[in-house]
Amino acid sequence: MNLTRRKFDALIIGAGGAGLRAALQLSNGDAKVAVVSKVFPTRSHTVAAQGGVNAALANVLPDSWHWHMFDTVKGSDYLGDQDAIEYMCRAASKVVYELDHFGVPFSRLDNGNIYQRAFGGQSQNFGQDQAARTCAAADRTGHAILHSLYQQNLRARTHFFDEYFAVDLLRDEQGFVLGVLAFEILTGEPIVIEAKTTLIATGGAGQLFRTTTNALINTGDGMAMALRAGVPLEDMEFVQFHPTGIAGRGMLITEGARGEGGFLVNADGERFMERYAPRAKDLASRDVVSRSIATEVREGRGCGRNRDHVLLDLRHLGADAIRHRLPGIREASMTFLGVDPIEAPIPVFPTCHYSMGGIPTNRFGQVVAPVKDTPEDPVPGLYAAGEAACVSVHGANRLGGNSLLDILVFGRAAANHILEYLRENHYHRPLDETAVEQAMARLTRWDRKDPGDGSSEQVEPLKRELRKVMEDHCSVFRTDEVMREGVEKVRALRERLNHAVIADHSATFNTARVEAMELENLMDCAIATIRSALGREESRGAHSRIDFPDRDDQHWLKHSLYSLADDSLDYKPVRTQPNTVPSFPPKERVY
Amino acid sequence: MEFSIYRFNPETDTLPKMQRFTLPDDQVEPGMMLLDALLLLKEQDDSLGFRRSCQHGVCGSDGMNINGMNGLACITPLADLEAPVTLRPFPGMPVIRDLIVDMGNFWDQYRKAEPWLVNDSPEPEVERKQSPEDRDQLDGLYECILCGCCSAACPSYWWNPDKFLGPAALLQAARFIQDSRDEATDHRLAQLDDAWKLYRCHTIMNCTQVCPKGLNPSRAIGDIRRTMLKKSL
Repeated sequence: MNLTRRKFDALIIGAGGAGLRAALQLSNGDAKVAVVSKVFPTRSHTVAAQGGVNAALANVLPDSWHWHMFDTVKGSDYLGDQDAIEYMCRAASKVVYELDHFGVPFSRLDNGNIYQRAFGGQSQNFGQDQAARTCAAADRTGHAILHSLYQQNLRARTHFFDEYFAVDLLRDEQGFVLGVLAFEILTGEPIVIEAKTTLIATGGAGQLFRTTTNALINTGDGMAMALRAGVPLEDMEFVQFHPTGIAGRGMLITEGARGEGGFLVNADGERFMERYAPRAKDLASRDVVSRSIATEVREGRGCGRNRDHVLLDLRHLGADAIRHRLPGIREASMTFLGVDPIEAPIPVFPTCHYSMGGIPTNRFGQVVAPVKDTPEDPVPGLYAAGEAACVSVHGANRLGGNSLLDILVFGRAAANHILEYLRENHYHRPLDETAVEQAMARLTRWDRKDPGDGSSEQVEPLKRELRKVMEDHCSVFRTDEVMREGVEKVRALRERLNHAVIADHSATFNTARVEAMELENLMDCAIATIRSALGREESRGAHSRIDFPDRDDQHWLKHSLYSLADDSLDYKPVRTQPNTVPSFPPKERVY
Repeated sequence: MEFSIYRFNPETDTLPKMQRFTLPDDQVEPGMMLLDALLLLKEQDDSLGFRRSCQHGVCGSDGMNINGMNGLACITPLADLEAPVTLRPFPGMPVIRDLIVDMGNFWDQYRKAEPWLVNDSPEPEVERKQSPEDRDQLDGLYECILCGCCSAACPSYWWNPDKFLGPAALLQAARFIQDSRDEATDHRLAQLDDAWKLYRCHTIMNCTQVCPKGLNPSRAIGDIRRTMLKKSL
């Protein structure tokens, strides 16, 4: 096929924190690297992260990477892979110091060290007193990190394909991933980007739910590409609902607000978290706090005219602390609610925030999939990192402050492994043209015109229905019956998507086409999520089944794997063995 | 609610035109932002082009000219706008399509400001110290989201977009000049010391007036000038 073709050593899809951290490592390692992003890099969703990044620097209170590891394993409800968690927690201090050297404007303590605040699920000494482990740049830490990483990439002369949309991975008969078919949004021109290695760093699928903290771009593009390339997705049932989204709208109010001392109250003015988590209270793990808020509202103790939210009170922190430590959320609260948290509490309710699941990888960032009897065989040439990946350090529930850490540690680790791979694989393998043609078919499918017989569907209404179905059938509390119905509804929507058309067929900056292809990706992620959720008959972390209220380690201490081609579920064991320290065996999880 | 929106598709149009859109009253909700309205209007006509992402003013995608002022659609309350709401692409930037402009020159100027920390001293195994007071110097500078509202409102940037760096890029220059960890201050000042890059700013202050994050590029530019002056004495 007569297409524009470019060749690089390493291709990175996605320019958020994971992609940019990897790109920097590769550029500094003298690899020819291309970064493809559907938005300008600083528009990526990492920019919206607020509270901070965890590392046991012990700048404020005593700390150790081992305590951090314990908290993360416990937070994951023991579903996290302990080798990867150990690796991440050990690497944390180093990657944060690197950020400082890259120019991240961290807030500071009087002695000039990086400021750290308390976050949920953190403890000293394996579950004792509250720790202060989250390194923060006011409440704009993601912005500070993303911009600094982009700036360092400019310095390193990384090659960017800004506003290019990746369509599908190109895989050959032997299973090697050889790059991607993309198109330039500006011109609509398709382009084949060949690469010896491809890293997927496309973030999560938070647009699956109606109320979400996530940007409109978070449509699970990389996850869906992996599914279509024959890679199963891991643990997709675990979707984090952040306890404090702005009620009715979904915008994020950082956990740092509670870390700085804010607390939640119900309609009776009661600090209800004391009942659910006597020790950690408002700083219990996110799944625990979200469930508690949802329970308060279900039992009629919600606030407001519709009794549909609770209040986050920060007033006692004082105007100075709020202005200095939490300026961004004050701005958001005033913009979207007209509420100044210095004077009045903020109405909040749990909102979709993070995909714990994703593309299965090992701790080197290599994508792994089952082959015959091996549950984790590397897919040659393919890597994934960040929210798109499931390494799995978050297991069934991610701790606040661990996602910025995840993208940095595993973006960097993946890049280091890619450099090794490139040392042994000098040449590009020949491209399989049928793979290109298949990917092109996905692109040209949207050239189809409306037949005008009333049989066609529109993209945006379908998307709205999908998000409603996911919210009604696969939200904070789940049951077999409701999810079973949800699966059928998602399938019906997917069938209708086959009949969708767009009216705009121009080549230049056709956003209708981009949105249509994003919905296809979202649809694949939706089916993976709700099928995996229906399959797991226990409650663990963010996955709460009313019909199976307890954790069941005997049957369910294992990862789900959903495959698209045969719409099937498979499972693989949790890696409970860390690299150098004894394993943390599952225990009852109390905060 | 009535809207008048700038439309231009280079494949079919020789000249741009303003198109009327109506958002039915039953779709107008209290607390709605302009971006919410635009997303609904796009359902009426999927060829309407604009950029958007985070929906709460941190990604900087949806800058546009709203009733004559540059701003972000996602944090502009619909209730504050007089109808018909007139939407145009940023002034002074080439239009790609509808409300989407070519920001290539804006990014070039950003890169020319060398917006990255330079410190070639031996690297400690921990953080480089910075006092809270030194860190406070970065407040009002580092928060920029690169939406382009300021540069696209600056007459000096309209006239000389290739030579004058513009307020956004100069704010970045100031951010690194102010950073106590950065060692390239002399180089940065020397780079800016010509008739164009910095000194084309005539303190018109449109930049400060439109900044959706409440930043003050005008003051930052003044600070660079003062620093430069002090160095030359």
